[in-house]
This record gives sequence, structure tokens and C-alpha cells, in this order.
Amino acid sequence: MHMADALISPAVGGAFWAASAGLIGYSCKKIKSELSDSKVPLMGVVGAFVFSAQMINFTIPGTGSSGHLGGGMILAILLGPWAGFIVMASILTVQALFFADGGILALGCNIFNMGFWTCFVMYPLVYKKIVRQHHSSQSKLFWGSMIAAVVGLQLGAFNVVLQTVLSGISELPFAGFLAAMQPIHLGIGIVEGFITAGVVAFVVKAQPQLLEITIPQADKSPVSIKLVAASLLIAAVITGGALSWFASGHPDGLEWSMFKTSGAEELDTPDNAVYDKSSGLQEMTAFLPDYGFKESEVAVAAEETAESWPAVSVGTTVSGLVGGLLTLALAFGIGFLLKFKRKIPSPAVS
Amino acid sequence: MSKTGSIITNVGYLDALARQDSPIHQLDPRAKLLTTLAFIVMVVSFDKYQISAMFPFAIFPIVLIVLGNLPAGYLMKRVLWVTPFAVLVGIFNPFLDRQVLLHIGSVEISGGWVSFASILMRSLLTVLAAFVLVATTGFNTICLALEKIGVPNIFVMQLLFLYRYAFVLAEESGRMVRAWQLRAPLQKAIGIQSFSILLGSLFLRTTSRAQRIYQAMCCRGFEGRLHPAKQLHWTMANTIFLTGFCLLFTVFRFTNPALLLGKLITEIFS
Repeated sequence: MHMADALISPAVGGAFWAASAGLIGYSCKKIKSELSDSKVPLMGVVGAFVFSAQMINFTIPGTGSSGHLGGGMILAILLGPWAGFIVMASILTVQALFFADGGILALGCNIFNMGFWTCFVMYPLVYKKIVRQHHSSQSKLFWGSMIAAVVGLQLGAFNVVLQTVLSGISELPFAGFLAAMQPIHLGIGIVEGFITAGVVAFVVKAQPQLLEITIPQADKSPVSIKLVAASLLIAAVITGGALSWFASGHPDGLEWSMFKTSGAEELDTPDNAVYDKSSGLQEMTAFLPDYGFKESEVAVAAEETAESWPAVSVGTTVSGLVGGLLTLALAFGIGFLLKFKRKIPSPAVS
Repeated sequence: MSKTGSIITNVGYLDALARQDSPIHQLDPRAKLLTTLAFIVMVVSFDKYQISAMFPFAIFPIVLIVLGNLPAGYLMKRVLWVTPFAVLVGIFNPFLDRQVLLHIGSVEISGGWVSFASILMRSLLTVLAAFVLVATTGFNTICLALEKIGVPNIFVMQLLFLYRYAFVLAEESGRMVRAWQLRAPLQKAIGIQSFSILLGSLFLRTTSRAQRIYQAMCCRGFEGRLHPAKQLHWTMANTIFLTGFCLLFTVFRFTNPALLLGKLITEIFS
């Protein structure tokens, strides 16, 4: 479920970073305005609770395989949406830094996928509608948790597919990837739903007053549908804007990158000063919208690339590989030289 | 609970590495954070068929590993542990993109294999950069940098608390699982029902622990903010580190020195 840096483009990563950063900032403001200091250690320790719970494996009935907990829905229910979102974001940050579960650039995507849907969509729109009070009946509690966890995970998985396809690094087609991801996450979601329902039911039964403490003013400031719609809209606009910004001017739309490659490396570049110049310009403008530049030049370059696209020069590719390995060797060489100067052993694994 | 044990050992070891004293460790965490971010964005921004141009970027983690006195073998092992996910998604590329991109002798290599290799390369570089950042900076110092950069104080405190108590609660859950194991001798893993109850009681223990922590904090004068023991000083070295590497990345990104070097060499030999 974690997106990795290797699979996303800067546009997608940046857009979701912006969306998640905005949500974190807003949630922090909300918490500050409505809660006492005592929530601070509570959130922190509950984050550690989910973190350590994720390390415990449990068996999935009927399959013999084991799984572990995601936790987004449990956090939303036990801490409320604002605090739940911040705690989820903090868990994902630690995972990204220490376990490279998802990457630093993909962190925004992961926070959005696993925190946004559960805390800001499923909690207010599904869980709260079914479970009006914490001391609702057992079956309400069960179905509320179950549906919220399952649908929340489905939406998250859908986001993963969307981000992967929009990034265009993986070749996976939208429909095919979707057809694989959704059923897998349906299974995981049901398991997650059982656990969420089980934990909530246990906590409510054992200490019914506890949730009133952890979510003191939950009913006073519910997540409004407006906010959900607005943040979705912002994410969509940023993503769309960033993507079209990257894609604009390139004939292939999202495949701008492919086009650029073929100009840059794999193609047999004619020894032509004009071509060199235009492909150089192409390189330079890959990050900029084309509006400011002569359309014709770009178009010509595009045509040239498109035509000669499958014809790849072995020479260029071989020199690319040779050069790549040589630079790597050089980099290691520099490393060894530096190492030679410093002879302090690294600490041993404890 | 060997898995929990090894996770904790690994986290603890990264922190132990971060407690060393080297030119890299002495740098301001903000400089390292921003440079790492620039590095990742630059690497990831390459198009999907690019491989050769990424090689020069290896210089950044290599220099930091050497100057930061980090164990290269251990870090590579950790990086390889993470690689399966990139492989899992990337391995479909060779099957979906069969357009032959280049011939080496009589061997035809499709675009899918090229982009798959590119994904592996990205994964290697970005994951290594993240580990190097943590191993030369340490989590608490990264949090300090985040706060200085403008991340809300509540979120920074959340990160610090999570990190501090992850160890404590991992031990606590380890004890609970051991107790379960003693009562369920022939079962490999916990069933869903007992797992929910186990988590529920862990949650109750957690909240009462949080209450005790809060009381202890109040006794020490907590008023909604944590004050770092360490102060940050931005020196000239940091400016040089940040701008130097960012310049280098920009040059690498837009000129492909590997290809130029390769051309030079192959021309000499042909």
C-alpha cells in the first residue's frame, strides 16, 4: 500500500505533499484551538501504540497467511479525525525515514492515501452516521467500523493506482492495476475492519468513558462535508495543474518524459548543430511550460523524435552504459580516497 | 518476537550511527534535509527510460557515507531489503512494454527492461539517500530542523513522542505477545479475535501511560511546547554544502556527464 519514490513523478509527489501538508497544518490548528495540552502526550503514545501493533503478526482465517494492521480507521475512531490524521501522518513519516516504507517524496501520497480517506471521509460520513454515540449497540459499532475500514482502504488503494498511472514510471495500465489492487485490498480491508471493530468494541466495553476523554468535543466541531469537498478539489486542481504544467507543449501529453528521453539518450542524434541546439533547448525546457518558446521549434523536434523513435543507435546506448559505469567507478574512487584519509571504524551493530 | 527485536535493533542502530561525530554529522540538519530532498526530486524527475544519467548521482550518498563514517555494507543490506516492492511493481514493465529499444549484438532489449532497470536505480538511490540522512542526522535533530523550517509545533511534538514511546510500547507489546505464546504453545500467530482483545488492552494501558506522562510533564513545567536542548547554528559550511550539491545535481540532471564520458571513451577506442 505504500507508494515508493521510485514509482512517482515529481509532479504527483509534489502535489500530494502540498495537499497533505495543508491538511496537517489545518488539523494542528484545529487541535490547538479545541483541546488542552493533555492531548499532546496522548496522541504521541497512541501513535507508538499503532506503531508497535503493526509489528505483531496475526493469522488471517482460512488462508494461513499473516497480516498486520494499517490503523488509519482505529486512530480516527479512538482519537477523532484531526488528531487521528496527525498521528497517522507521524507514523508514516517515521516509517519513511527508518524503514524506507514509502519514500520521502512519496510521503505526501502515503499520508493522503492512508490518512485522508479514513479520517476525513469515512469517519464523518460513514462511521459517525452509523454509530451516533460510542455506547451504540454492538452491531452498529461493528458495521460502522467494518464498512468504514473496508471502503476507506478501497479508496486508498484506488489512489495508489491513480498516482502510479499518473506518474507514468510503471507501465501498469490503469484498468489492469485497478483490477488487481481493489480485490486484494478488499480482503485486507475486511480483516482490518474486524480488528478495528474488535478493538473499538473492547475499549468501549472496558472503559466506556475513555472515548469521551479522548474525543472531548467531537460533536462540537465535526468535519464538514464542505471541508472534505474543498480539500479534494484542491488536491485535484493541484494534481491537474502540476501535471498539465509538466505535460504542456509535449505532443504525447503524459508521455512527455518518453519523448524527452528519446531526444536525450537513446536516439541516434545526427551530428547537426541545429538539432543539437533544439534538443538542448528541449532539455532545458522540460521543466518549463513551452508557452515562452517558439512552437515550431518544439514541434519540429517532436516530429524528428517521433519518426526516428524506434531506430536506436547502438553506439549511443553503449557509450551511455560505458559512461555510466565509469562515473560510478569514479564515484567509488572518490569514496575510497576519502576513506583512505579517515580511518575511524563505524560503530558495530548492537 | 524476533521480528520486533530486529526492527528495534535496526532503528536503534541508525540512531547510534547518528550519534557519531564527523564533518557530515556536524552539518546543520536543515542543510542535509534540503539537499536530500533536492537529490530525490532530481533523481525521480528523470524520464522512465533513463539509466546512465543517474549513475553520477551516486556520488552524493557515497561521499556522505564515507565522510559520515557509515557502514556501507549494512546500509546496502537495508536498501536491498526494501527493494522487493519496487521490483514487484516494476517487473510488469518488461511484459507490458515490448517495443525493442536497443540491440546489443543479437540480443534485443525492450523498453520495458530499460524502464525496469531505471525503477531499480531510482529505488536504490532514493532509499539510500533517506537512510543516509537518518544515519548522519538522527531523528530528534531532524525534528528540530522540521520545526525551524516551519512545520507546526504540534506535529513536531507528535513525531518526537511517537519516536520516544515506540520503543517503550514495542517492549510492552512484546511482553503481551510472549504471555500469549506461553498460553498458546502450538499456534504460530495470533487469531483475529484474540488479536483485537490484545490490542484493546494495549490501548487501555497506552492511555493510562499517557496520563501518567502528562502528569509528569506538568510537574516539570510543560505548557504546550517542547524546548529543544540543542540549538542550531547555520555556518558557512552549510551554505557551501547545500548550494554546492544542488549545483552539482543541476549539472548532472541537465548535461548527463556519464553519456559524455562514455562517448569520449568509445570514440577513443573505436
